[in-house]
Amino acid sequence: MSIVGTRVVRIEDQKLITTGGTYLDDLREDALTGAVHAVFVRSPIAHAKIASIDTAQARDAPGVIAVYTAADLDLAPRKVKPVVEPWLASDVVRYVGEPVALVLAEHPYQLADAAELVDVDYDPLDTAASIDAALADDTVLFPEHGTNVVMEHGGPLDEHAFDGCEVVVSQTIVNQRVAPAPLEVRGAACAVGEDGRLVVWLSTQNAQQARGFIAKGLGVGEEQVRVIAPDVGGGFGAKIGSDPEPVVLGWAAKRSGRPVRWSETRSENLTSMTHGRGQQNTITIGGRRDGTIEVVRLDVIQDAGAYPRTVFLATLTELMASGVYHFPKVETRSRAVVSNTTPIAAYRGAGRPEATAALERGLDIFAAEIGMDPAEVRRANFIRPGEFPYQTPTGASYDTGEHEKALDKVLEAGGYAELRAEQRRRREAGDPVVLGLGIASYVEITGAGTSGESGRVDINPDGTVTAYTGASPHGQGLASSLAMLLSDQLGVPLDKITVKHGDTDDVPKAVGTFGSRSLQMGGSAIRQAGEEVIAKAREVAADLLEAAPEDLELDVDAGVWQVRGAPASGSIGWAQLAGHAEEGLLTADVWSKGDPTFPFGAHLAVVEVDTLTGKVEVKRIIAVDDAGPIINPLTFRGQRHGGLGQGIGQALLEVMSYDPDGNPTTATLADYSFITATELPDFELVDMATPTDRNLLGVKGIGEAATIGSTPAVHNAVVDALAHLGVRHLDMPTTPLRVWEVLQEAGK
Amino acid sequence: MKISIEINGSMVTEEAEDRTLLVHFLRENAGLTGTNVGCDTTSCGACTVLLDGESVKSCTVLAAQADGHAVTTIEGLSGEDGDLHPMQRAFREQHGLQCGFCTPGMIMASVSLLAHNPKPTRDEVRQGLEGNLCRCTGYHNIVSAVIDASGQEVGQ
Amino acid sequence: MIPAQFSYRRASTVDEALSLLGEYGEDAKVLAGGHSLLPLMKLRFAAPEVVVDVGPIDELRYVRVEDGTVAIGALSRYHDLHQDAVLREHAPLVAHVAGEIGDPQVRHRGTIGGSLAHADAAADLPAAILASDGELVVRGPRGERRIDAKDFFLGPFTTPLGPDELVTEIRVPVRTGAGWGFEKFTRRAIDWAIVGVAVVGKSVGLINMGGTPLRATATEEALASGASLADAAALAAEGASPVDEPHATAEYRSHLARVLTARALHQAA
Repeated sequence: MSIVGTRVVRIEDQKLITTGGTYLDDLREDALTGAVHAVFVRSPIAHAKIASIDTAQARDAPGVIAVYTAADLDLAPRKVKPVVEPWLASDVVRYVGEPVALVLAEHPYQLADAAELVDVDYDPLDTAASIDAALADDTVLFPEHGTNVVMEHGGPLDEHAFDGCEVVVSQTIVNQRVAPAPLEVRGAACAVGEDGRLVVWLSTQNAQQARGFIAKGLGVGEEQVRVIAPDVGGGFGAKIGSDPEPVVLGWAAKRSGRPVRWSETRSENLTSMTHGRGQQNTITIGGRRDGTIEVVRLDVIQDAGAYPRTVFLATLTELMASGVYHFPKVETRSRAVVSNTTPIAAYRGAGRPEATAALERGLDIFAAEIGMDPAEVRRANFIRPGEFPYQTPTGASYDTGEHEKALDKVLEAGGYAELRAEQRRRREAGDPVVLGLGIASYVEITGAGTSGESGRVDINPDGTVTAYTGASPHGQGLASSLAMLLSDQLGVPLDKITVKHGDTDDVPKAVGTFGSRSLQMGGSAIRQAGEEVIAKAREVAADLLEAAPEDLELDVDAGVWQVRGAPASGSIGWAQLAGHAEEGLLTADVWSKGDPTFPFGAHLAVVEVDTLTGKVEVKRIIAVDDAGPIINPLTFRGQRHGGLGQGIGQALLEVMSYDPDGNPTTATLADYSFITATELPDFELVDMATPTDRNLLGVKGIGEAATIGSTPAVHNAVVDALAHLGVRHLDMPTTPLRVWEVLQEAGK
Repeated sequence: MKISIEINGSMVTEEAEDRTLLVHFLRENAGLTGTNVGCDTTSCGACTVLLDGESVKSCTVLAAQADGHAVTTIEGLSGEDGDLHPMQRAFREQHGLQCGFCTPGMIMASVSLLAHNPKPTRDEVRQGLEGNLCRCTGYHNIVSAVIDASGQEVGQ
Repeated sequence: MIPAQFSYRRASTVDEALSLLGEYGEDAKVLAGGHSLLPLMKLRFAAPEVVVDVGPIDELRYVRVEDGTVAIGALSRYHDLHQDAVLREHAPLVAHVAGEIGDPQVRHRGTIGGSLAHADAAADLPAAILASDGELVVRGPRGERRIDAKDFFLGPFTTPLGPDELVTEIRVPVRTGAGWGFEKFTRRAIDWAIVGVAVVGKSVGLINMGGTPLRATATEEALASGASLADAAALAAEGASPVDEPHATAEYRSHLARVLTARALHQAA
């Protein structure tokens, strides 16, 4: 009986709900016995020359083993094109939170005391702590580079692009910097093993890529490093890994001759783990008064933070600028600038939310300009189901989609017409609590820019199955999904299947979990490995049953092989087969190539805004997130819930802020408005499943989809609520103060 | 100083610095690593345990303050025979956890919530869990889990 | 984030506490529930040499009515106050506000005496006690003294409490059946108030509208002279000098004070 597609509780949960997971700080491995604890001394100043570093007092503090600075490191410089990022700052610091020194001590409490004693003398420099300040180039972070602009792509923009359009609207939209803030902060533990290899336990989304990064940083071969991801308490893109800390810690373990453990504090995390988003985008839309859009232009400026580790975010934003629409012309350009702020990298969605936010907000402005309902403007421009595969003007090849159907479904489920009537009623009654409706139709790319994934399936002599995936799940429930797939494919019950991941010794080659790629890439690899195992088993079974291989069939209900049409002639189980295979093991190890897919959906948000205080309350969010066939509806819905929560958080509350001097003003969880249960409604999910033909399973990714749709849906709803009061746009987050101020402005 | 705390029914007596936080006493002295630290500002609730039956954030209680008192952590919630507590069972059944890091604290806070309000509404559950952050679930299924554990029907 | 080293001392009676405070003077800090002090110590904004834990003093956990006054033991916890039937009946504003502070875990630890002694203008209870015409009973080496709430909040985190004194009781006049209202405006439920308003009868206390909890004197005078609730509420920010912050400008805070005062007055009416 097939379990794929049914609601199955996760195999991951038993440990997590009884003893708790084994996260980085929970490791009690023998290899870490006697480990010293590490803390990074970080810059409290956004931009300064380091005049001197005095470590003498810290070295003498109780329990201190060593204090290292850049002067001690003998590592090759790390290039982050077109500049160099130091492993530890030596001459200049460029953001608050930049690591300057490393202190090792016997006990974490001693460490906290000693870190205060490292005396760094800073000569402050002028700062460029915002996109505008960075673009002005009055303060240049890397004088040798000459400008803060570190990347330019696309363009040139056609100055006549909008000639002949009946209507042209344009808006600059800030997609604010946010903190990924996984509940588990970053951590690492490093030990040199008996074989001389460096073993790094790392809270990471991709151990194999981390191994490559650490080995390169240390100047050793990859075979000299083993990386193990224990249970990982969330990542959201920020644990893909571009951080200097693991390299410095690995170096310190070698130098000190002691295992080293590190776990940052939350306040450290909020300034030193990479941030997400951080774009300023100008969207310009030209078209006709009947709603037909002719030209779209997206001009992207990416804040890269102090070191440009991840500028692909800007170009991915360009790629997705066509949205779900059949626009005849889309032109894009992007630039990335460095600023005296924490480096920016991926955060749930990474490029697609930014493109969608700009386009969907722009469409609402266009709709307002021509006096058409936002839903109708979208209908007038959707790509039609018959047009797939659809080549976008920005270079993407969409696989499948039914974008209008997705919108129809949410509008129907939400009761759009009734909601509009209620909105009118409140406006006419002069109710100070106004209603707003926001729509976002979106498309997303999953599994982008990667080469595939590894998968291995072993049938063990006892008949159990061990699967090894190159994906590196950290909350998504992928182990359950892969086990379900294998259970159906092999006829082996779930409790006899183990899924392993995240250890470079178990899985030497892999890409990891990010970009909503794991099921479509990792799942396809497991499916392919399963097929190969079945093919091998067929040969062994043919031997044992003395039949032709092609006459055998696998009865997946019973989990046995038998001769087709003649079950009475005997059957043979997996344990027996494995026992007869060479080396007592049936195994297949594959690399499955895969192409990106394009999940899509539509969200409808309903908000109330108290016009007297500016407070926004999300009353409802109705979502279609179509990612093809569903393996486990329980985890599928869970991924959507999580995306909705984070997406709404960005629209309403969350922003990582800096003052003009580059001091972060939201550097603790008391100040950073991480969204809580009280700010969110129950989620209304509407099902829809359109398969893709681009992988063995027909599935698309779901990890980020709901984040992408929900942010602009809520954002549009807030503006819609205020539209009759003269508000055309306000930037996110739509905090009470910002809403109140925009109403004050509109009332003048 | 010498600190004695009854943890999950067993007395743990250990020498510890006066400044030792309860969460560190649980993790390092008692060896119970289920209780996690997620912040340093009493904001996230990942370290929530029961102190004399009431939920507290163990990062903001000195071990010395718990001296002579009783603490229950996630490890002490299931029965001696390994039977899951109804709240644990409900979190699994309703998929109220993903990465699991907030889960021990979230479950302990939820147990305390139902102790004071055995049949809460979904809104009351949200308010009762205002001191516990989760980055993965969007809270929807956590609310469902608490409703489930309270013996009420979980709607879709 | 670990507090700097300190010496922990425990008091089980008021006399023990006073003796310890007398011994250590300025070097000591009183630890009640710990939810104001310990966060500061973890961030090393506070680093006392000695911490005197008064938590075990059970004699300071009570609510009772005596001679038209509700007497609240200083170590009563927010959660217990919120549930307390006597308090709910005779000082309903205080009981309600105690249930609005922080989150449940905070309310299981935080104490009314600790909150008042900490004297944070952004905290909820100080304004509620101020609006309730409350007074604080303080004991020290020279015996007991009583301080009107209006004389207690001298400045940000500043009170007339000596280092050798302990708040032992909070007293508010019985207001059985009096109208009351409470409005607390936050970004998220768990946040500190951007602005809050506590009303009992025609007394109005303001949260976070200056360096101390305040009475909205102009509003109260207008009410006394028969002004409408709306007209009186419009004066709520008169004389206040709220903090100007990126997430809440002074102008916005003043606006909120007017809006919330109107709402709280309507609740109380």
